[in-house]
Amino acid sequence: MSKWNMIVDVARCENCHNCTLSVKDEHIDNDFPGYAAPQPPHGHEWIKITRQVRGSEHMVDTAYLPTMCNHCDDAPCLKAGGADGAVRKRDDGIMIIDPEKAKGRRDLVDSCPYGAIWWNEELEVPQIWIFDAHLLDKGWTQPRASQCCPTGALRAVKVEDGEMQALAKEEGLEVLKPELATKPRVYYRNLHRFDKAFVGGAIIADVNGETDCIEGAQVTLSKDGNEIAQTETDVFGDFKFDALPAGSGGYEISATHPQFGRCRARAELGDSVYLGELKLEA
Amino acid sequence: MRTAILKTILTALPQALKLSALRFKEQAEEMKRYDAVIQMQTKDGSVGRSYHFKNGKLTSKSGVRADADVRVIFKDVATAVRLLTPPVDRAEAVHAAKNFAILQIGSDHLVQWFHRLINNMETLALQYGTPMPDGTTRYTHNDNGGPTFVYVKDGKIVRITPIELTDDDAEGWTIHARGKSFTPKRTAFVNPHALCAKSQIYSDKRMLYPMKRVDFDPNGERNPQNRGKSGYERISWDEALDIVASEIQRQKRKYGPGSIALYHCSHHQWGNIGYYLSALLRFGNLFGFTRVHHNPDSWEGWYWGATHHYGSSLRVGIPSFCSTVEDCLKEAEMMVFWSSDPETTNGYASGLEATQRRFWAKEAGIEFVHIDPNLNPTAQLFGGRWIPIKPGTDSAMAQAIMNVWINEDLYDKDYIEKNTTGFDEWRAYLLGESDGVAKTPEWQEPETGVKAHVVRALARKWGRKKTYLAAGGTGAGFGGACRNANGSQWTRNMILMMAMQGWGKPGVNFGNLQFGTPVEHNFYFPGYGEGGISGELNFTAAAVNNYTRMPHVLTMNPVKQTIPRLSLADAIVDGHAEGYLWDGSSMEAQLAPFSYPMPGYSRVHMLYRYGASTFGTIANSSRMMEAYRHESMDFVVNQSIWREGETEFADIILPACTSFERWDISEWCNSGGYIHHNTDQLNHRMVTMQHKCIEPLGESKSDYQIFFEILSRMGLGVMFSEACSELDWCKRVFDSSDLPHHVSWKEFVKKGYYVVPSVPAEERDPVAYRWFAEGRPKDLPEPLPFPSQYGETFLHGLETQSGKIEFLPSTLQRVDANEERPVLNKYIPSWEGPRTKDLVEKYPLQMISTHSRYSFHTYSDAKGSTINDIEDHRVLIDGYYYWVLRINAADAAERGVKHHDLVRVFNDRGNVICAADVSPLVARGVVKTFESAAVMDVVEDPRYGLVDRGGCVNLLTPSRKQVKGTSGMATNSCLVEIAPWTETNFFTVAAE
Repeated sequence: MSKWNMIVDVARCENCHNCTLSVKDEHIDNDFPGYAAPQPPHGHEWIKITRQVRGSEHMVDTAYLPTMCNHCDDAPCLKAGGADGAVRKRDDGIMIIDPEKAKGRRDLVDSCPYGAIWWNEELEVPQIWIFDAHLLDKGWTQPRASQCCPTGALRAVKVEDGEMQALAKEEGLEVLKPELATKPRVYYRNLHRFDKAFVGGAIIADVNGETDCIEGAQVTLSKDGNEIAQTETDVFGDFKFDALPAGSGGYEISATHPQFGRCRARAELGDSVYLGELKLEA
Repeated sequence: MRTAILKTILTALPQALKLSALRFKEQAEEMKRYDAVIQMQTKDGSVGRSYHFKNGKLTSKSGVRADADVRVIFKDVATAVRLLTPPVDRAEAVHAAKNFAILQIGSDHLVQWFHRLINNMETLALQYGTPMPDGTTRYTHNDNGGPTFVYVKDGKIVRITPIELTDDDAEGWTIHARGKSFTPKRTAFVNPHALCAKSQIYSDKRMLYPMKRVDFDPNGERNPQNRGKSGYERISWDEALDIVASEIQRQKRKYGPGSIALYHCSHHQWGNIGYYLSALLRFGNLFGFTRVHHNPDSWEGWYWGATHHYGSSLRVGIPSFCSTVEDCLKEAEMMVFWSSDPETTNGYASGLEATQRRFWAKEAGIEFVHIDPNLNPTAQLFGGRWIPIKPGTDSAMAQAIMNVWINEDLYDKDYIEKNTTGFDEWRAYLLGESDGVAKTPEWQEPETGVKAHVVRALARKWGRKKTYLAAGGTGAGFGGACRNANGSQWTRNMILMMAMQGWGKPGVNFGNLQFGTPVEHNFYFPGYGEGGISGELNFTAAAVNNYTRMPHVLTMNPVKQTIPRLSLADAIVDGHAEGYLWDGSSMEAQLAPFSYPMPGYSRVHMLYRYGASTFGTIANSSRMMEAYRHESMDFVVNQSIWREGETEFADIILPACTSFERWDISEWCNSGGYIHHNTDQLNHRMVTMQHKCIEPLGESKSDYQIFFEILSRMGLGVMFSEACSELDWCKRVFDSSDLPHHVSWKEFVKKGYYVVPSVPAEERDPVAYRWFAEGRPKDLPEPLPFPSQYGETFLHGLETQSGKIEFLPSTLQRVDANEERPVLNKYIPSWEGPRTKDLVEKYPLQMISTHSRYSFHTYSDAKGSTINDIEDHRVLIDGYYYWVLRINAADAAERGVKHHDLVRVFNDRGNVICAADVSPLVARGVVKTFESAAVMDVVEDPRYGLVDRGGCVNLLTPSRKQVKGTSGMATNSCLVEIAPWTETNFFTVAAE
């Protein structure tokens, strides 16, 4: 039986919000009995985008993380509300919080470790992004969120679970909070852009009496004397070691260039660090 | 024989009408609307038949009656037969009308109604909309944000989605480059502001009824001083229209020509019928108005500066981008984005179509560099070296790069020799030979804040690699650094840099993949610049195609008096203003000033305000408030969709409906006129029927209908409408285009859109400026320059006097010296910026206010839009949605400001309360916001002066023209200071 999964490429999300606006367009003022009650005009983000900014000076990058109901296969909400039909898991993997049976069940909001269930004060129902199950049931081939995504950051796939696992392995996909073992059906690519850190710098040297950016310097990253990674500076002398665990402590950086010499630096990695300009000395 | 035919036609017509009424209940209902006698006859009365409508019943009698309500008079039998034999040839009908061979005499409403009955016989048979499995009906729509499907159930819009192309739609194109194949996705990607449309249509800020300001009495006290302060009361349409029509008449009688000014926003909702360049101009031309002439607000520096070096005046100073997508992907090694953020500005009206192409460039291994005070969304998405720069200093950096090129021999000397003039003087300036200051990377460092070695690294790479320069949002033009005090300097430098690198050679061109796709260039469909139904030949591009392709009766504004838009407030308050024309017909047209008032005309005493508010988009808004309240303004009418900004300054408010509630027809992204081949931004050209998806909300009416009803009160209704409905006009536009060669009207209306097939790869047009680089005659499919503008031989050389790129422009040499726009484009620091020392001490932060990302100017901002919930657009604090101001973390910390704190942004001109977005994404000393808040929510405070919390940052921007001798805006040259704002009760107390 093939089931729905969403693959989110963090590196391709540009915060355009077409997906979040589509969800609002679909649900505000619209009632889909059996699927979802109307969303309040403001305040709910059934798909939510969170910004992460890393670095300083010119070496700054951002990542945007769309989060939504994970449609977990081992879902805490289902455990909390499955018995009386307030929450149900469809055969195609999609989770539905029944707008009638879940009335008054504020506890379901708290059951979700991802904060993906929203409480509708007026109607007193918990609500989630339903993967546009109501549209898929009428022949749509994908949910609106991925349909309107201009970058392909959102990709809805309907495959057998085995296939999905193979795909996750092949593309290096991760899920959020894997330690909870909720078996989410929403997968992330390039998640390190959001939850890991980098160490970077810019290599310069005196060249014929002028300061210049040094391209082609070899830069080594070490931790506790063990070499972890190597890279080469670009035309602006910039280098960057990415996907390091945030808060992972001290690192040593050394750079060498056959013509302009070498330099060393230390980085203390809390959040990402731009070390500034490092000058090669003969 | 002909007489017999005519008699038969005249007898058959009522039979056909009756049959139609039997078939369509709408027609039966329509027939009941009036009791009237319509007389059809030849001029001599020898043949005639009268139609008697009573209680929805129709009878007819032979002969000519003296008491007919409407008389349709044909010159003779032959004319009548020609014009009554279907299918009616529009050209013949218009020709006959213009030469008085057919007259229609009677009340406008009755004539319009009679034609509606006739046209209904065809149009009511049209089917449109697709039934969907969920019980909705799917229609098509098009707007500034792109084409969409609109799903409707029970007369209400359920959802609005992008259009996914199907196998029935024409195939797209593929570019093969560097061993890869690039084919665009089969979805028409739209802007956020297209996807939030439903929240705008049903907004509680919609005006649903005509309104009158409570203390405005057209026959007594008008109280102009209370505009923007006093409230409104609901009135009937008849009352509102009577007041407006009689005020137009009163103005003309009391003051004479010129006293009525039409004032509209830069853009309206999309379409060929309901656009300002279409119906509004036809309306205005029929009573005569003082033109409020627009500045090229998104081009500015390109028009006032760049054009003088190389021409392209008809494109408002920006170059052609023809076929540059393929050239870039195949040849370019680097792309320099200079004040270019296409992921925010999205070119112009092209949705998010180009985003995927920029990903292709990354796949092709092209390196990106971004020069901008902000790590903007384009730089964030695609990466590449960010070079943060102080706003308004870009020209210094450009000159330092050129200095390196000369010193290190990194420029195209052969190209300079063959294709340019004046380089020696330019070289001498850059090297400091003529003024003693070499424009080195070290020289620019204190000016720009960019380290010399970074500039040197960029210059060297640029000089060695084939580079595409993206200068501005579309690749050249549109926003950014062209909208500051040095805007024209910067654009001039951009052209000169390209000249030094061999502009037009493979891989060397302007562009950021926003423009220049290989879509079809020979298929004609009018863009709004073609003027639609306006009949206006001077201020639209109607004369090029539209006027001959869609025969219609011309209109003309007899009032020559013109006010430059940027000085409208001055014109009203001071009584005089001077400006320079936006006129793309030549490079010289902009150089002569015009002034208001024009001899012989009245001063303006009435404003006909139309469309969205521009308080948010035009510099120095507070001055405009003063103008609205000026005692000389007898009357202000505002016709718009939403109650916001300037609406509240009107005496009478006429509620217009949205484009979802009326008929129109248009091509996605086709603006025609001044942006030739604007559809080159798309992956697929798409023409759409803008179905009337729902009935107008409340009592709102289409702009077209409002104009018709006002003019009908002056006997000009049918002169305006040519007895056509909006749907009839859509058919006329359809017929005028190349669509009928491919699809029938009936099929087109049913389906709602048509995808124009792309051309085979071998038929694609050549790359822009390749002909020039290679010394060949021009081979691009664009009608510019004009034939007369070539120096010696048609198609040889550019529009400039020399036919070459002129480092020292001939045009500027022919006018009096202007120290702000010198012939030699030397670096002149901004008149409001880091070097204006006294001002910097008080206001140390440079504020840039760019085009907005999520809204389209003021469209989709505020008024309950779902876009308000995007934290990069507005932030909800204590129940109010505040405009966002981006600030560097260090600058924020110095002022005790934390993320999403409220701040007061201020200078001598005013105060705006914003929500701070604190991050390292903007350079130190810079704050960035958007220019287009729809709301202005001001309180006058004894301590601060004007305080706004709507986000109208143009309260803070200078009204000074970017360069003397221009009407160019310089809103990005603006110094401010910010302070934490903790007076949480300020606005509530003020309101009480």
